Amino acid sequence: MSKQYKNTDTIRAGLKKRYAREKRFQFFGIASIFISFLFLLVLLVNIFSQGYPAFQQTYVKLDVKLDGSVIGVSKDSSPEELFKASYGKLIKNTLKEMFPGVKDRKKKRALKQLVSKSAAYDLRDKIIENPALLGTTQSFWFLAKDDVDVFMKGDIDRTLPEADRRIKDFQLKWIDKLLAENRLEKRFNTTFFTAGDSREPEQAGIKGALIGSLLTMLVTMALSFPIGVLAAIYLEEFAPQNNRWVDIIEININNLAAVPSIVFGLLGLAVFIGFFGVPRSAPLVGGLVLTLMTLPTIIIASRAAIKSVPPSIREAALGLGASKVQTTFGHVVPLAMPGILTGTIIGMAQALGETAPLLMIGMVAFVADVPQGILDPSTVMPVQIYLWSDSPERAFTERTSAAIMVLIAFLVVMNFIAVLLRKKFERKW
Amino acid sequence: MPVNFILITLLALLIFGFILGRARSIKVATEVRNGRYNLHSRPYYYGYMIALWAGIPSLLILLLWTGFDSSIVTSLTASDLPSEIQELSKDERSLVINEIINLAESGKADVNSSEPKLQAAAHYLSLKNISLMAKTVVVFALAILGIIIGLRFVKPEFRARNQVEKIVRWVMIGCASIAILTTFGIVLSVLFESLQFFKSVPFTDFLFGTHWNPQTAIREDQVGGSGSFGAIPLFTGTLLISAIALTIAVPIGLMTAIYLSEYANQAVRSIAKPVLEILAGIPTVVYGFFAALTVAPFIRETGEAIGLHPSSESALAAGVVMGVMIIPFVSSLSDDVISAVPQAMRDGSYGMGATKSETIRQVVIPAALPGIVGGVLLAASRAIGETMIVVMAAGLAANLTANPLEAVTTITVQIVTLLTGDQEFDSPKTLAAFALGLGLFTVTLILNVISLHVVRKYREQYE
Repeated sequence: MSKQYKNTDTIRAGLKKRYAREKRFQFFGIASIFISFLFLLVLLVNIFSQGYPAFQQTYVKLDVKLDGSVIGVSKDSSPEELFKASYGKLIKNTLKEMFPGVKDRKKKRALKQLVSKSAAYDLRDKIIENPALLGTTQSFWFLAKDDVDVFMKGDIDRTLPEADRRIKDFQLKWIDKLLAENRLEKRFNTTFFTAGDSREPEQAGIKGALIGSLLTMLVTMALSFPIGVLAAIYLEEFAPQNNRWVDIIEININNLAAVPSIVFGLLGLAVFIGFFGVPRSAPLVGGLVLTLMTLPTIIIASRAAIKSVPPSIREAALGLGASKVQTTFGHVVPLAMPGILTGTIIGMAQALGETAPLLMIGMVAFVADVPQGILDPSTVMPVQIYLWSDSPERAFTERTSAAIMVLIAFLVVMNFIAVLLRKKFERKW
Repeated sequence: MPVNFILITLLALLIFGFILGRARSIKVATEVRNGRYNLHSRPYYYGYMIALWAGIPSLLILLLWTGFDSSIVTSLTASDLPSEIQELSKDERSLVINEIINLAESGKADVNSSEPKLQAAAHYLSLKNISLMAKTVVVFALAILGIIIGLRFVKPEFRARNQVEKIVRWVMIGCASIAILTTFGIVLSVLFESLQFFKSVPFTDFLFGTHWNPQTAIREDQVGGSGSFGAIPLFTGTLLISAIALTIAVPIGLMTAIYLSEYANQAVRSIAKPVLEILAGIPTVVYGFFAALTVAPFIRETGEAIGLHPSSESALAAGVVMGVMIIPFVSSLSDDVISAVPQAMRDGSYGMGATKSETIRQVVIPAALPGIVGGVLLAASRAIGETMIVVMAAGLAANLTANPLEAVTTITVQIVTLLTGDQEFDSPKTLAAFALGLGLFTVTLILNVISLHVVRKYREQYE
């Protein structure tokens, strides 16, 4: 046999091994993609399964004897007196009557904690609205305390030994009695969407954080969109080629896109708060910091969009006697707008999920009120998630996941709009 | 709010100026033929010109005045305080001044408010009012003056368009320069505070010290000493977590990119790419929550089941989740560079009888290596600067260890803990955060510059 045939044989002998290696390599590729899929799935399922119970909340029905003499008011009291009275007493008395014979101090306290502290305020509002109720017995639905709520959702196992449970045996008996009388009910949790933050999980809501995020995004949008687009137009259309200054600007933009976000927070703290005296924790300073952070994203996306407009458009406009500025703003920019808007929305989505720089500028403070303007102290969605995730109560874990679901829903909507824009207005030249 | 009121009125004035200028230009021009005038520019350019002449100076003054007015008014109030307050120490004096401002703004006197403070508060309020009045008058006067002077310039031969376009161009240059200003701002702010920090803690102690315990005494006589600021445990902790993240992200991200760009058909790609985009778009705080509440307990339980004792805030949990977060980043960067490798190189390899995987491993990857290295460096800088995952899932204990099952802390975690507590601004504790920020910025900047340079060089090679 000649040497040539020998070579073919060696190659043929190794073929099987090589094909096996080829298969293995492909398998690794599929496995890598699969790992990402799996992780995303586990993450989403995990958060969804933890979070969806938070959209329901347990309410307790109590027949409150509205005895004005107990709290020192009558039908004729002024609204101010009605406002000041301590309605907690009425609720305490009602509970005492329903579960007689509770003597132990600790148990007495536990009894009071069947309903949320907000029950007294609810009662107050109802009586101020209609003082004629005083003297009658009315049944009201009140927010249940978080422990009761968690139990009702099946997250506390009653078969566990008593010492390991948040709800003790005597509390279980009360809950069973309430259940037997149909006095416990799960309803859609409106508090979660209409209240600000609170130390009590059952009273805590995301409205404050949502409004805070909205205001912060408005500031960010109002600043970063015009600045980013104008900068991109300059760099793409007007900047002289091979100019030192322009090179420095470009290098800076690319670098800023990769600077850790927390560093922008330090900048905000030292410059905006420390030097210019912008109020701490306000959406204004949050928006300023996020503007600096999203600018590189917007500039880079806008430049790509402007670059994709064919030169023939510019030449046609210039040929008809338009000036450079007229050509750019009248023809190039409108044609690049879909791409610019897509980039801006993606930048905004990034900014909406950003947490670290906002921690630096004091947006972590506990803010129970819903902010009214861009100078009020406020918090934002991701920071609210961070704050709640630190709380040990089971009910807060649930609300953290629910807040994450709301945040992700917003991000999905924003990205969906970006994709739609791209699909609808994308042009092939 | 008065500033809002001034702004709205000013806007109305500008629109008024625009209309006036436009109308004036048509009036001074003579009609050449139906609807056309012998103007140098279109009429609306004259309108814009008037609006700009009125708007730019007045807005500038408004901005500067609003920015500096509270500090000027405060210092004026402070200088008029009685001498016994003037002689107090710096901190006490600023406390008194804060009290006065609160008093003035809330209008409520309490037990602490003595007669001089009340007087000062009244003084402060009157100064504020004067400042507001003066601001309003000056801003409107400037705007109206701008309109009047501008109107005198409206003539057919006046080059309004060139004027407006020149201003537009300068505005654009200003916007583009904000990137430079931002970099300057970052450098100056961290550098300035860091220098102050290094006045109290020697630079070498910070950089080479092996003990990190920033608890400083608030009072002189308090036990607890001066605190120690040796940053080595933070650097090693950051490196450990980043290393774990990269060992997960680089192989998986790279293989994903290879499979998607070389093997996958359109259908697979149209599913896998959006999934990766979703993974990239999930906020880091969500990853942090997942790491702290799901991954960390999982690792602890598995570890205990096989006889190890991982800490509940192990570096592994934070590292793994961070790795997954970076996968899309690595894969999209590698995808770009792999697609940039010319098809001819692959064809040559196939022609020699190589299988697809052999071609990828021995031709495509070596050719794309500089770009991939650049991408990995960018990913590393991302991992080092990542904050929320480590804040939520890694610990605060500054252990000097290489064991991924123990708790470590990172630079970013320490910056957050040092700055979110209630601290006065000048204590070494808060200043230490800026020194750490300087370190973080320097390291990531070096990584970014190198990787951007490498990636750009690599692109030029094949273009």
